[in-house]
Amino acid sequence: MKIIVTVKQVPDTSGKVAVNPDGTLDRASMQTIINPDDMNAVEAALTLKDQLGCKVVAFTMGPPPAEGMLRELMAMGVDEGVLISGREFGGSDTYATSQIVAAGIDTYGVDQDDIIFSGRQAIDGDTAQVGPQIAEKLHLPQVSYAGEIKRDGSSLIVKRMLEDGYMLVKVQTPCLITCVKELNEPRYMTVRGIEECFSKPLTVMSYETLKDHPLIDPTTIGLKGSPTNIYKSFTPPQKGIGVMLEGDGKDTTDKLVGILSAKHII
Amino acid sequence: MILDAKHEMQRKLFRQFAENEFTKELQDELDQTGEFNWDIHRKMAKYGFMGCKIPVEYGGQGADYLTYALMVEELARVDSVLSIYANTSNSLGGGPLMLAGSEEQKKKYLPPIASGEKILVFALTEPGAGSDAGGTVTTAVPDGDDFILNGRKCFISGAPVADWVVVFAKTDLKAKGSKGISMFIVDMKLPGVSCGSHEKKMGINGYPTCDVVLEDVRVPKDCLVGPLHKGFQYAMKTLDGGRLGMAAQAVGVAQSCLDEAVKYAKERKQFGKRIADFQGISFMIAEMATEVEAARQLVYHAAVLKDAGKDATSACSMAKFFAAETANRCAYKAVQIHGGYGYIKDYKVERLYRDARICSIYEGTSQVQEMVIANGLLKK
Repeated sequence: MKIIVTVKQVPDTSGKVAVNPDGTLDRASMQTIINPDDMNAVEAALTLKDQLGCKVVAFTMGPPPAEGMLRELMAMGVDEGVLISGREFGGSDTYATSQIVAAGIDTYGVDQDDIIFSGRQAIDGDTAQVGPQIAEKLHLPQVSYAGEIKRDGSSLIVKRMLEDGYMLVKVQTPCLITCVKELNEPRYMTVRGIEECFSKPLTVMSYETLKDHPLIDPTTIGLKGSPTNIYKSFTPPQKGIGVMLEGDGKDTTDKLVGILSAKHII
Repeated sequence: MILDAKHEMQRKLFRQFAENEFTKELQDELDQTGEFNWDIHRKMAKYGFMGCKIPVEYGGQGADYLTYALMVEELARVDSVLSIYANTSNSLGGGPLMLAGSEEQKKKYLPPIASGEKILVFALTEPGAGSDAGGTVTTAVPDGDDFILNGRKCFISGAPVADWVVVFAKTDLKAKGSKGISMFIVDMKLPGVSCGSHEKKMGINGYPTCDVVLEDVRVPKDCLVGPLHKGFQYAMKTLDGGRLGMAAQAVGVAQSCLDEAVKYAKERKQFGKRIADFQGISFMIAEMATEVEAARQLVYHAAVLKDAGKDATSACSMAKFFAAETANRCAYKAVQIHGGYGYIKDYKVERLYRDARICSIYEGTSQVQEMVIANGLLKK
């Protein structure tokens, strides 16, 4: 049994967000972090590793510096990293990305008792599409928005966190699960983990590695092959500062009710 | 110095951990109660901090001196006292065993201190033997297969929560000065071992300090660490490494003073503009930044020398001397920039001012560091 985790290096949106003239993110000028939801996926994988002793492999697609992110995951306990990297893959949208990552995972191999964890969504695009699309392209069952995962023999019982409640789903392996932040609290790297992470195996899958895979079609990968095109990027105008009502007690409440009534909100 | 990828990653770990886990509530609790916090101790141990510099074969993480210095600096940047939690086992606690312990002793004592399960502290100072450690009057007299220890050690950091203590005692009663001193590892639960009352300290509250009193304590001979009568030189070697840690702690404190001063100078307005826009304030900040960076480079240089197996005695003393004095100067300026607010406990610089003060006192005062540096130049 092994666990595959898909991860993405994203711009740190807590800092300044920079946009290129063509509307895409200017990733080079921004600090990068590991996508927060992906950290929950990694923690889910490492928690199972702690219980079962299975191997955890992290997959990412990105430029060569993304190796640094994979090394950090190895310092947390991930056993192996796979970096899918090539100019041909650059500018891929979610459709193209999921195709390429699925091809990479399939090339690596998925066994009967394997589990793939993904983060719910990435903070740069917020689409929540890549995980489910990978499952579709690998013909695997998928459960999204996992807030709790329990093992039940060769199955998993997953609590899906929905807006208006939750849903318990039993799923057979191999399967793909997307994780939400409520699932767990990601661990830190360890001092020893960092000492060892640079000697753990890291495989780079280039276009040459994957070009013969049935999912890789030059017309449906990269910027040109992506069906999504960015029409325009803009920063939404800031809302006004609002009105502060000072004081407490009935007078202030009455003022608030008056304002809301005048606007026909209540 | 430009750190390599591994050391950058180690720094990132320590910074993330300290910024997330050393909450303001925890810092205030430690400062106000002065009590040891076992929860944060265990959490730091879980990520390998207590065994950072202890070799892998003895349950540690096997990291180098540079990693250790980065750890102490980054932890101290958020909370000075919590850097001491992680420092002790790697420095004065584990140091004597790593330097002079037998294989059996290393296997027995190092793994539990690396895992944080046990705490080992260092007891050299006595009421009459501070900077002059050669004035030790604690005695260890052979008696059959044992030694009988008598004496009083003071200002022993961590003693109230310790499981074991490394005690320096005179074994050759006729020898003068620093000669004839030996090193013992003593179980704090042995009959005759007791702790004095907790010292009420100016700063670094949350890591309790007290006297350790030894009254006819019977210690088996296998608790002698290193050769008989040669303990003093190991004490000095241990302090050599300890100074590096203390220097890193001082850099962390100084950096924190700078961070707080910059933040406040940009927020505070007087005479219709930010106080950062007044040259008097901006010059103080420029001086602080320059000194902090210089101190940091001295610390990293000393760490790299130690990692390369070179003589680092002078370098460690220079780093400790300069960083400790820098921490004090930066604390003074940070409080000055805060004005009246800096004198109020709600502001971090008030605690930093108190925490900085110990840096130029313990593990060798600044004046002792100057003696070490001067001796290296003048006694050749």
